[in-house]
Amino acid sequence: MLNTHSNKNKMPTLDPKTRSKTFSEVATGYTQDLAINEASRCLNCKNKPCVSGCPVSIDIPAFISKIKEKDFLEAFKIISQSSSLPSVCGRVCPQERQCEHNCVRGLKGDSVAIGCLERFISDWYRENQKEPFKKVSQNGHKVAIIGSGPAGLSCAGELAKKGYNVTVFEALHTIGGVLVYGIPEFRLPKSIVESEIKDLSDLGVKFETNTVIGKTLSIMDLFEDGFEYIFIASGAGLPRFMNIPGENLNGVFSANEFLTRINLMKAYKNSNDTPIWNGKNVAVVGGGNVAIDAARCALRLGAENVYIVYRRSEKELPARREEVAHAKEEGITFKLLSNPVKVTGDDTKKVIGLECTKMQLSDNDASGRCSSLPIPNSNYTIECDCVIMAIGTTPNPLIKNTTPDLKTNSHGGIIVDKETGLTSIPNIYAGGDVVTGAATVILAMGAGKSASLAIDQHIKNK
Amino acid sequence: MNKIIKKQILNDSTILMIIDAPKVAKKALAGQFIILRVASDGERIPLTIADFNRENGTITIIFQVVGTTTKKLSFLNEGDFILDFVGPLGNPTIIDGLKKVAVIGGGVGCAIAWPIAKALHNQGSVVHSIVGFRNSSLVILEKEFKNVSDKLIVATDDGSYGQSGLVTNVLEALINNSEKYDEVIAIGPLIMMKFVCELTKKYGIKTTVSMNPIMIDGTGMCGGCRLTVGGKTKFACVDGPDFDGHKIDFDEALARANMYKDFEHKAFDNTCNLFKKEQN
Repeated sequence: MLNTHSNKNKMPTLDPKTRSKTFSEVATGYTQDLAINEASRCLNCKNKPCVSGCPVSIDIPAFISKIKEKDFLEAFKIISQSSSLPSVCGRVCPQERQCEHNCVRGLKGDSVAIGCLERFISDWYRENQKEPFKKVSQNGHKVAIIGSGPAGLSCAGELAKKGYNVTVFEALHTIGGVLVYGIPEFRLPKSIVESEIKDLSDLGVKFETNTVIGKTLSIMDLFEDGFEYIFIASGAGLPRFMNIPGENLNGVFSANEFLTRINLMKAYKNSNDTPIWNGKNVAVVGGGNVAIDAARCALRLGAENVYIVYRRSEKELPARREEVAHAKEEGITFKLLSNPVKVTGDDTKKVIGLECTKMQLSDNDASGRCSSLPIPNSNYTIECDCVIMAIGTTPNPLIKNTTPDLKTNSHGGIIVDKETGLTSIPNIYAGGDVVTGAATVILAMGAGKSASLAIDQHIKNK
Repeated sequence: MNKIIKKQILNDSTILMIIDAPKVAKKALAGQFIILRVASDGERIPLTIADFNRENGTITIIFQVVGTTTKKLSFLNEGDFILDFVGPLGNPTIIDGLKKVAVIGGGVGCAIAWPIAKALHNQGSVVHSIVGFRNSSLVILEKEFKNVSDKLIVATDDGSYGQSGLVTNVLEALINNSEKYDEVIAIGPLIMMKFVCELTKKYGIKTTVSMNPIMIDGTGMCGGCRLTVGGKTKFACVDGPDFDGHKIDFDEALARANMYKDFEHKAFDNTCNLFKKEQN
């Protein structure tokens, strides 16, 4: 029976006070009853507007129907036909801008909580089904994938399901890319990423860690080693800085470094050797999900005051609404319409403050967002002993610099055919942040999937 | 996992290891570095490649036991495995066209200076090596330097071996003795490199230094290794590790090197205590 309630079932979360002191997952997940109740809100629309909002085109009404029937295994099978990392997407996709944005129920009241349902099903599968994924018969074609983040894993999974011999090369010592070094444990537990990766291994995907393509091996080495196709998914790894005075003082970090120390290198565990700068008063510059993640990590490490410093107003914050709400609940202070101009330090070159100018919004700029302009003589200083720059990242140039024929744009992004992901070099495809610049997990996964289809098509057309 | 083929104690605190790493050895060049990790809960630390053998597929590293990870590494023996070993990272030292070079090594920095002296020697450059140590018990690689140098001067701070004094005294004496160098390549403690650069600036001799700051990934991702060179921020891992020594802000680099000092002391003591417990 249709659940006509206009509000969705809220995702249960840990109490803000408790969770701000631990790295345990904030959202605890739907119970079976909540999931079935929420699934019953789905109208099962014929034209499926939600599916067109999904970068990997999951048949959303179909899997939700199966939840209504309590056939969770079938629901999982439907999701995994289209997505290689369902329990990751259920957690970190900005559903409110994708599938849920298109949901008809959203016209009057809340959309169906598709993300929560996806997460429920993938968690149910992981907890209740022990049978490993089966390898499909091999077709003999070798594909190399560079980078083990969402784009790489998605492409690897899709190709392995088709019988390709896939090897994923990773520069770091752990598989997962931004899923393991960037997104914190409390938003995406690493055990879940490991479990998704194990599923890919069971499918036959091979992983080689500690291999930097562009250094340890070149693109041409890979072709010489017998790989017929290469998919570059090396991400947007290079952190941007503001180029303001004092940025190299002790206590100023890129969000990449701060988050990598915490997430990949587990600096939050006392037993670990990784050093971390425990700031008492921490200013995080930027308004995206990465900034919110860094701020919430700093809080969990014991900071007394954590500030998000953003030059536009709350409405323009690029971070997910849900994450902003969580951060506020936990006690993070938003210093909006503020733009840093200088990091101040003491005579031992340690940070003691972040000088900012107050900003005002003006007309929309070329990108459609309103720009912000400094208000004269409005400078003020935030007292802090740690500054984290979370103002974006750019594609890593290691591969570009060692592959002369690979065409890139002025931002360093690899230029590709929009549909297939084919680069300027035959048999080399690229996708994810290395093409678009920093974007979302699911867009990267979509690009990985498109490239897998293009590679498969190319081989079949030979 | 990479196997330790050979372990050699060079002095009380310095150890040489030859590591089985064919992929790294195939591409390695003088001046590049590797990053290793010893334990699954451990740090990633950069170490410069001291030597490589493409035929045997090996990389030689020389390290001083200064922190938690180097302590843990020092506990490993021949036949043991290093958990993670990645490289070669960074850019090779540019030595093309150099006819006469003063190569300066300080302490364990000699491990990095030696392969460069060797590469210079192999291309036919005249090599004057000046290697400095605190005292006689810390002298390493003397024979190796001798084999690739047209002139070798060992100096100790306390005069217990070789010439008494600092490498800068030796270099200045050579310059005053009408030795003309195309370039000085100096590798050692930051403070040594700073003073070498101040000296060579006075004499107008181009000077290259190899920077070894705190870093995590070594591929440009963390930005932890940034330093100011000629007023601009550079990443030692991808823009270096070699830089024009006259342009480096050494005071900033010195401060950054001490960023985690308190934490490191604590972790180091913990590791030593654990080791003591294991021994008992």
